[in-house]
Amino acid sequence: MYRSHVLVCGGTGCTSSGSPQIIERLKEEIERQGLTDEVAVIQTGCHGLCALGPIMIVYPDASFYSMVKVEDIPEIVSEHLLKGRVVTRLLYDETVTSAGVKALIDTDFYKKQHRVALRNCGVINPEVIDEYIGTGGYEALGKVLTEMTPDDVIQTLLDSGLRGRGGGGFPTGLKWKLAKQNDADQKYVCCNADEGDPGAFMDRSVLEGDPPVVLEAMAIAGYAIGANQGYIYVRAEYPIAVDRLKIAIEQAREYNLLGKDIFGTGFDFDIDLRLGAGAFVCGEETALMTSIEGKRGEPRPRPPFPAQKGLFGKPTILNNVETYANIPQIILNGAEWFASMGTEKSKGTKVFALGGKIHNTGLVEIPMGTTLREVIEEIGGGIPNGKRFKAAQTGGPSGGCIPAEHFDIPIDYDNLISIGSMMGSGGLIVMDEDDCMVDIAKFFLEFTVEESCGKCTPCRVGTRRMLEILTKITKGQATMEDLDKLEELCYYIKENSLCGLGQTAPNPVLSTLRYFRDEYEAHIKEKRCPAGVCKALLSYVIDRDKCRGCTLCARNCPAGAIIGSVKNPHVIDTEKCVKCGACMEKCKFGAITKK
Amino acid sequence: MACKKQTVPFSGTKEQEEALKKVISELKDIQGSLMPIMQKAQDIYGYLPIEVQTMISDETGIPLEKVYGVATFYSQFALQPKGKYKISVCLGTACYVKGSGNIFSKLEELLGITNGECTPDGKFSLDSCRCVGACGLAPVMMINGEVYGRLVPDDIPGILAKYN
Repeated sequence: MYRSHVLVCGGTGCTSSGSPQIIERLKEEIERQGLTDEVAVIQTGCHGLCALGPIMIVYPDASFYSMVKVEDIPEIVSEHLLKGRVVTRLLYDETVTSAGVKALIDTDFYKKQHRVALRNCGVINPEVIDEYIGTGGYEALGKVLTEMTPDDVIQTLLDSGLRGRGGGGFPTGLKWKLAKQNDADQKYVCCNADEGDPGAFMDRSVLEGDPPVVLEAMAIAGYAIGANQGYIYVRAEYPIAVDRLKIAIEQAREYNLLGKDIFGTGFDFDIDLRLGAGAFVCGEETALMTSIEGKRGEPRPRPPFPAQKGLFGKPTILNNVETYANIPQIILNGAEWFASMGTEKSKGTKVFALGGKIHNTGLVEIPMGTTLREVIEEIGGGIPNGKRFKAAQTGGPSGGCIPAEHFDIPIDYDNLISIGSMMGSGGLIVMDEDDCMVDIAKFFLEFTVEESCGKCTPCRVGTRRMLEILTKITKGQATMEDLDKLEELCYYIKENSLCGLGQTAPNPVLSTLRYFRDEYEAHIKEKRCPAGVCKALLSYVIDRDKCRGCTLCARNCPAGAIIGSVKNPHVIDTEKCVKCGACMEKCKFGAITKK
Repeated sequence: MACKKQTVPFSGTKEQEEALKKVISELKDIQGSLMPIMQKAQDIYGYLPIEVQTMISDETGIPLEKVYGVATFYSQFALQPKGKYKISVCLGTACYVKGSGNIFSKLEELLGITNGECTPDGKFSLDSCRCVGACGLAPVMMINGEVYGRLVPDDIPGILAKYN
């Protein structure tokens, strides 16, 4: 028995900001102060508040230390762990009030969250199966195998209203039902962990923080549809997730929770890992299965749907990581419990990765129906530097931008589609007044052009033409006819592309055109970028009255474009200027502006 | 594109070849094992030149054009060797809106190479990548797996100097 447990986040965010060094130092110091038998150090998964990493929580009192530095460790060990005096100075400042230390669950970031899929993330050691079992893990699998028929399992999922969390929103129970109906000598259960949307890391956090939940849910799926082999297709770019999945699979095999005759019920199920190799299109279900087969990950037309003819030509179900993470809880707590959360057509919770221009960058799980305002202003802590909110981007390269006028819309699948965006897998990037919406649309098109697999013409050629027009607009060379052509192309590509990648590729353009057409027009008609991003349309100017002639800008100009003598106002030679903005950053008097 | 002329002569060793053959004999009977084999091959050689692809084809019986097709489809497979220090700059959305484009330009300027290239001395290679998942530290770049976060272009010369 330990009298205190110190949980240190070992997710990718905190690992990048130095949590492995914190753990090493902590163990050293605990040993030096003779506390090895009293205090346990545990590496957990993500706590969500990635912006404040590395994060460390000391139990039993749940003191939350944020942005911990290696130098702080001796003090935390001797004061808090040895003498029991919390080092208030180093706590997450939101938890410190005049009345004392506030529980984490009462802070703005956590109080509106409801953790179902992320239930164990940041709570258990993801590399120890006993900790998962200790929090109720594998109980759902036991219940399914001993008390429920496959049809009961499917009915429970149908009643719960769970929809695919990868973005499509297809009812999970229905998907399983279709796969069960198809008789075959072999069926497969696949997990899509090829989280490709840039800026989205929900699935990674589940895999890093609670990998056994995915294995358990896949085994449940195997029982429900009659499959005995599963594959997890995971991005090779997630090394920590891959390692922990391997450990979780090995441990589950040791405990006979994977393998032959699970729970002595005669049910066999095993899981293999397949690593992706950096192709966004492999997030599309048919492409993903083609990739598991070891081929170029190109999508194919549907029907036949995977439930009829999927991996290696056999009936297959494919679900996303977050979808699976919900399933054991639904089995244990019942369909009504799950259906009591959320909106009429979108049940349960959704995990979002908050990023971009927002204070609390990180991972949040909210009940469906929470408004964007609550997510951004309350949970996210608002926009830094007093800037104004411009748009939130959801759904990655397939989604769209939500402007301020829809700030109070409850987030669910159907609402987001009705305003021209989509749920997507859960990336939510916040943009402020300094972001140019034409530039953002161009950014996503560059992504799609690069990631288009090239199989069908509308996507391969069409997106390239769109990018050319967008580039022309950002350079101030486009006409209003180009804008019409761009819009026409959008609809054409949407209707004619083979797979989801092409069908949704125009969305970033369509949604920005819908809400920010004035920005497009300013680029075209006035040759002006209102946000001051598009370099070709910018010019830097020195205000003669503010310039003190300190020469700092001239010394820092890489192009030698600034002319002027000491103590006299300087001027920028616009012919030579490369618009790098170095002068503006360096000027101490705010004399340089861009317009 | 992948048809770029190969500039570095292939210099595989006997040990590497044996390691590759061992991997292939372990994996080749598994359904759909071509990608895992190629991933291991890239771990062994650092990249997948045509010589390595030919060995894979010979050992597995999978036609070379299929191997080449897979090698050129996935961005993770490199047909050219990478630098001693592999720099990847995150151009995911969260980093992009926080200015990773400027970080990338600064690296291009300082190293004199662009996306997917390697400096002539073989020291640095530069790649853009999509989201390393450290969005809390945006903008982010990685050098051989070490993460540098909350960057501004002025940080770059100092960071590169550490490797010179």
